[in-house]
Amino acid sequence: MDRSDHFVVKILRYDGAEPTIEPHFESYKIRVIPGLTILTILLRIRDEIDGTLAFRSSCRSAVCGSCAMVINGKIDLSCRIQAASFGTNTIILEPLPNLHIIKDLVVDMTPFWNMYKKVRPYLIRKNLASDKELPQSDDERKKIDQYVNCILCASCYGACPVLARNPDYVGPAAFAKLERFVLDSRDERPVDFLENVNDDNGLWGCDMILRCIDACPKDVRPPDSIVGLRKHLLKYKAKRLFRKKGQE
Amino acid sequence: MLYHDVLIVGGGLAGLRAAVALCDVYDVGLFSKVHPIRSHSIAAQGGINAALANHPDSRDDTPEKHAFDTVKGSDYLADQDAVRIMCGEAPSIVYEMEHWGCPFSRFPDNTIAQRPFGGGGYPRTCFSTDLTGHVLLNTLYERSVYKRVRAYPEFVTLALVTDGDVCHGAIMLDQIRGEIVAVAAKATFFATGGYGLVYYYSTNALTNTGSGIGISYKAGVPLKDMEFVQFHPTSLIGTNILMTEGCRGEGGYLVNNKGERFMEKYAPKAMELAPRDIVSRSIQTEIEEGRAFDHELGKYVNLDLRHLGAKKIMERLPGIRRICLDFIGIDPIRDPIPIMPAQHYSMGGIDTNAKAETATKGFYAAGECACVSVHGANRLGGNSLLDTIVFGKLGSAAIDQYLQSSTFEPDEGLLAARRKEVEEKVKALAGGGTERPFKILQDLRMTMSRYAGIFRTRDELNHALTTILELKERYQKVGISSSKLSMNYELIGALELESMLDISHVIVLGALVREESRGAHWRRDFPERRDADWLKHTVATLGKDGEPHIDYSNVVISGYTPMERKY
Repeated sequence: MDRSDHFVVKILRYDGAEPTIEPHFESYKIRVIPGLTILTILLRIRDEIDGTLAFRSSCRSAVCGSCAMVINGKIDLSCRIQAASFGTNTIILEPLPNLHIIKDLVVDMTPFWNMYKKVRPYLIRKNLASDKELPQSDDERKKIDQYVNCILCASCYGACPVLARNPDYVGPAAFAKLERFVLDSRDERPVDFLENVNDDNGLWGCDMILRCIDACPKDVRPPDSIVGLRKHLLKYKAKRLFRKKGQE
Repeated sequence: MLYHDVLIVGGGLAGLRAAVALCDVYDVGLFSKVHPIRSHSIAAQGGINAALANHPDSRDDTPEKHAFDTVKGSDYLADQDAVRIMCGEAPSIVYEMEHWGCPFSRFPDNTIAQRPFGGGGYPRTCFSTDLTGHVLLNTLYERSVYKRVRAYPEFVTLALVTDGDVCHGAIMLDQIRGEIVAVAAKATFFATGGYGLVYYYSTNALTNTGSGIGISYKAGVPLKDMEFVQFHPTSLIGTNILMTEGCRGEGGYLVNNKGERFMEKYAPKAMELAPRDIVSRSIQTEIEEGRAFDHELGKYVNLDLRHLGAKKIMERLPGIRRICLDFIGIDPIRDPIPIMPAQHYSMGGIDTNAKAETATKGFYAAGECACVSVHGANRLGGNSLLDTIVFGKLGSAAIDQYLQSSTFEPDEGLLAARRKEVEEKVKALAGGGTERPFKILQDLRMTMSRYAGIFRTRDELNHALTTILELKERYQKVGISSSKLSMNYELIGALELESMLDISHVIVLGALVREESRGAHWRRDFPERRDADWLKHTVATLGKDGEPHIDYSNVVISGYTPMERKY
């Protein structure tokens, strides 16, 4: 980092309500103080310099998933990144890619949530009647650990090169969520549950470029889930094929 | 104008639980100023209390014993009938969440794991590593997706519409479309969260402004026990991010600069697992008497987990480790965690009963924005997640009962008129006022942390009151940079600031009149609990003069006679 006592923060500004004004960068100078995160810088800019700046934030402790954006070229949560962690005093902030900008750093997450809903992201049981907990071993519980950790911040969605060219692709987070339930020893979803993602917009769309792993702030590995689900699908197809042959 | 049978405000645990209960029968609209999954319930770490008796040391645990611990923890200010209801519902609530998919951590016998928490006589806090709020909120949101609950994310509530007796709905700002809309409803349910952000040092999310409480108060709904503010003993210095009580539940020590486990002096039996009010005062005392460490971010004591070993820390407290690495660059496996107490929870709130009913017909509240009261003067760790789900559920049952027997239709004329008023008010904010909202907020938060904090005196509280009145004057001249309604966070901040000023006013007034020390409310000038005069709730109502008026209501004592609280 150079010796300057200020950060120069360049933020991509755009207002979907005024589409005639093209996206453009605006620069702000913020005095260096210890412990400044990107989020605290954004809050200071909005408070002290430009009240019209739009960005989402809530927990400021990297658990709520509100504040994913591109920070000096890398996707991360703005709340957990120290401004002094770059080799430069210039910080460039852009909204999450692969989603439309509503205003400044706020993107429209609707497609992300639509894909989430598409995979039926809930535990499916045939029979719920029980007045105790469903038994599950600690090892069974640990199998879903990495997927449980997902905070749905859409960092992976923004980093995915497949989504960049095909907006109909389901995307990494939804598959991680689906695998979280498939691997859950308590889940009883019908055997054909993968049929609605058995195409190039679904499980076969992933090119295994693995940018999502790098982008995830919670160490989730969505490709693990895609590999797991593909295996599951092939097993199911093979079973069905054998069953059909048996019937012939 | 939008119309719903039931208008729910808040997409955290309480709001979602009510929504999934009502959406099969009624037309439910769930409005939230953030996407439901971003609600602050997500940040709860340690766990949810229920007397499941799964732990080898808790085989004879019962809801009755849970109720006693809760009442004692509350310093006898909780309503004992309501506490019994909550603790009685706890096991079935936890099983229900498990059946809906919640991935709790497990014991070797495949049952839900439980850990000890402060003030609990048994290990009865069910958990999922240190991400319990995260898994509970995800599970309830998943349930709401399954049930196809109609959600309106990024709608900010600006006013509650009542005619004095009955609630007709609310006025909202649709942030994305940039419109102010009236929502007519037969029943309105607030699950809007706490008011931690009125304090400078707080573990809370930036969204926890308490605006739902302020809006209710403005509409004439009474607030209860607002002077009772919980300070969590262990927040990371600098950011004040929460370090769960689970750290101590798993065996963590609190250590001062002399290397002493100082809780020995304050709670020789319970040690680090004394209730939060007691541990926070002990840490504050160590700091004030010079036995703390110095850091550029402030004075602190150590939360030492090192003796737990890497395996236990990774398995039971992975989120805490991640936060320490991300936010202060230390690894709790190798270094102690520098902590200080910080505001954490609002015991007080909208005055409700155990059915989430308020003084206004058709208006209900549950979760941290409400005060039943089940937490009294001090909430036990693990009881807030429980509170949200139990009273979300019981509130939905009360709404169902009300709607079945009511022919009430909301008054659209009244709603339209109120919408217009709110629109005028918003326009005026962009009319070139000279006071910047963030400056007033900064002064307010510093005042509250300095003069209405862990230890209080009459002089300090009077100083806080004078300052708040001055800040309210300054608020009359507040101005923002843009009158646009879409994605205008500065506007929302300025509107919520009004609620924050009102709430702070009521907290300080309650703290001034309550001349005793009970639970989290500690008066240096009145260091004793005084049951003869003060075993009662404070109830604050907005007077016709625009000032808060304090009245009182009885505490329900049914079985547990107040006694001295020792740990």
